[in-house]
Amino acid sequence: MGSITLKNVSKTFGEAKVIPSIDLEINNGEFVVFVGPSGCGKSTLLRLIAGLEDVSGGHIMIDGKDVTDAAPAERGLAMVFQSYALYPHMSVRKNIAFPLKMAKMDQAQIDKKVGDAARILNLTDYLERRPGQLSGGQRQRVAIGRAIVREPSAFLFDEPLSNLDAALRGTMRLEISDLHHQLKTTMIYVTHDQIEAMTMADKIVVLNRGNIEQVGSPLELYKTPRNLFVAGFIGSPKMNFLEGEYAKSKGAKTAGVRPEHIGLSKDSGLWSGTVTVAEHLGADTFLHLDVDGIGPITARAGGEFGASYGDKVFLTPDDSKLHRFDDKGLAIKA
Amino acid sequence: MATQNTKTLARVMMAPSVILLLIWMIVPLAMTLYYSFQNYNLLTPMNVSFAGFFNYQYFYTDPAFFQSIWNTLVLVLGVLAITVIGGIAIALLIDQPIFGQGIVRILVISPFFVMPPVAALIWKNMIMHPGYGVLADLAQFFGAQPIDWFAQYPLLSVIIIVAWQWLPFATLILLTALQSLDGEQKEAAEMDGANAVQRFIHLTLPHLSRAITVVILIQTIFLLGVYAEILVTTNGGPGYASTNLTFLIYRTARLGYDVGGGAAGGIIAVVLANIVAFFLMRAVGKNLDK
Repeated sequence: MGSITLKNVSKTFGEAKVIPSIDLEINNGEFVVFVGPSGCGKSTLLRLIAGLEDVSGGHIMIDGKDVTDAAPAERGLAMVFQSYALYPHMSVRKNIAFPLKMAKMDQAQIDKKVGDAARILNLTDYLERRPGQLSGGQRQRVAIGRAIVREPSAFLFDEPLSNLDAALRGTMRLEISDLHHQLKTTMIYVTHDQIEAMTMADKIVVLNRGNIEQVGSPLELYKTPRNLFVAGFIGSPKMNFLEGEYAKSKGAKTAGVRPEHIGLSKDSGLWSGTVTVAEHLGADTFLHLDVDGIGPITARAGGEFGASYGDKVFLTPDDSKLHRFDDKGLAIKA
Repeated sequence: MATQNTKTLARVMMAPSVILLLIWMIVPLAMTLYYSFQNYNLLTPMNVSFAGFFNYQYFYTDPAFFQSIWNTLVLVLGVLAITVIGGIAIALLIDQPIFGQGIVRILVISPFFVMPPVAALIWKNMIMHPGYGVLADLAQFFGAQPIDWFAQYPLLSVIIIVAWQWLPFATLILLTALQSLDGEQKEAAEMDGANAVQRFIHLTLPHLSRAITVVILIQTIFLLGVYAEILVTTNGGPGYASTNLTFLIYRTARLGYDVGGGAAGGIIAVVLANIVAFFLMRAVGKNLDK
């Protein structure tokens, strides 16, 4: 079990109101990602749920029980920290066994659980090593191992992959997703990386300045962003925001076009522009263009598109995938 | 220091300080060694002759010899115990966010700036004195017989004074170590269900082990040579009750005018200190390699 409910949760640090008021429902077994720019309060929100910070107002319920004033250990949650927070003087085995030892479980049972966790995480060969002798990915797995042996009702991840290199991050992303499918436990995952959010989440919570901007599945957010902030945050490269004549002709204050929804051609199109930067990735080509009468625009072409600095290129936006926003920045329903 | 050139230059540049250090250490050691084999008494300075091992035998058979070694040991261990345990306790306290933290920390560290004889005199005349000492006043206030510290518990008194002086050093080192403990580790332990005491035992103490090692090593070196506090307060007495090895050497050489005997004692002290250092480095020095 692991359903978590936040009711009017707020947090202030002195004068600063970090989280004004948040209501959120997290269902049992869901993989929820809190995503937002740095300083948006996502880590604070996670720490409030963990009990590492006291709420300034509101209630937190886990499985229907009010845990607002409960100590972290009493909430039955496990957390994986950004720095892994492994105990440096203990072997991997002792690190993983630590929460069980604190729970006064008997040694035979501890050994069995540690062994099981190590097998799931491919750590069996490293059990006698110290954290200092492990690579970043292995440390990450030990931190996860320490979390899973407790069989918590939910896992909390605080930007767990931000200290890893890009390749390892990709692998660990898969491993965590895989772990979620195996354990079927609620997971709350904090990240500023929208790719992690898109690839792993069942449900994404987009936060900005302590407020929830939108909650939804990755594709919902991608297809129907509620406002400019979500539209700009979800999707990579960023959505192009156009104002002026073009937006007006579509009946909006701001028109949003994703780079992948712009057709590129060397012969003809609605707009013409000059390439300022061309990024050739093989599978994709990202062109940063200076479009006449509109300004800078990013466009994506699938596969290779032969254009380089200074070339003239024609663009046609796909009107069926246009996003329209009113003067308050909210999306206009089609 | 990659090339031959820079190596030579480095050696030349280092030479003055190394030579100076050598002179400052080797010359006194050699002279002590030399005098320890001479019959050399300041009462009869003209009668200097080769003594063989007589000085060593004389010093060794001195009835105060074993007691002074025992006292040295008690003094060192006693002060170490008080400063390490007390230092951890004070460091934990002043690591908490409190009002006036900066001033409190300076106050805690200030005993270290007081010179040993001054500190000992203050303790002797203003705190532990059976007539006008603060402790005597306190005892009288509660209707108890004032304790004559230096007569009744001479070695303990010296230990208390020396510990008071070294407590700031231990606190300072342990406090900096404490501050370097990763906050997320503490939180992780909290999530793992460890209470404050368990967090201290399983997380803080292992984290402090290296700092504790440093404190023990450095303090031992200085505590083996405690002298001023004894001279100012008990003068080694009553009897030999608070005489340590250093003070016994002083007694032999300066009060007994026996330079040869004192020198022999000095050599014995050097040998003993090296034995202690050897075991200490093996026992606790391993901690530093991690």
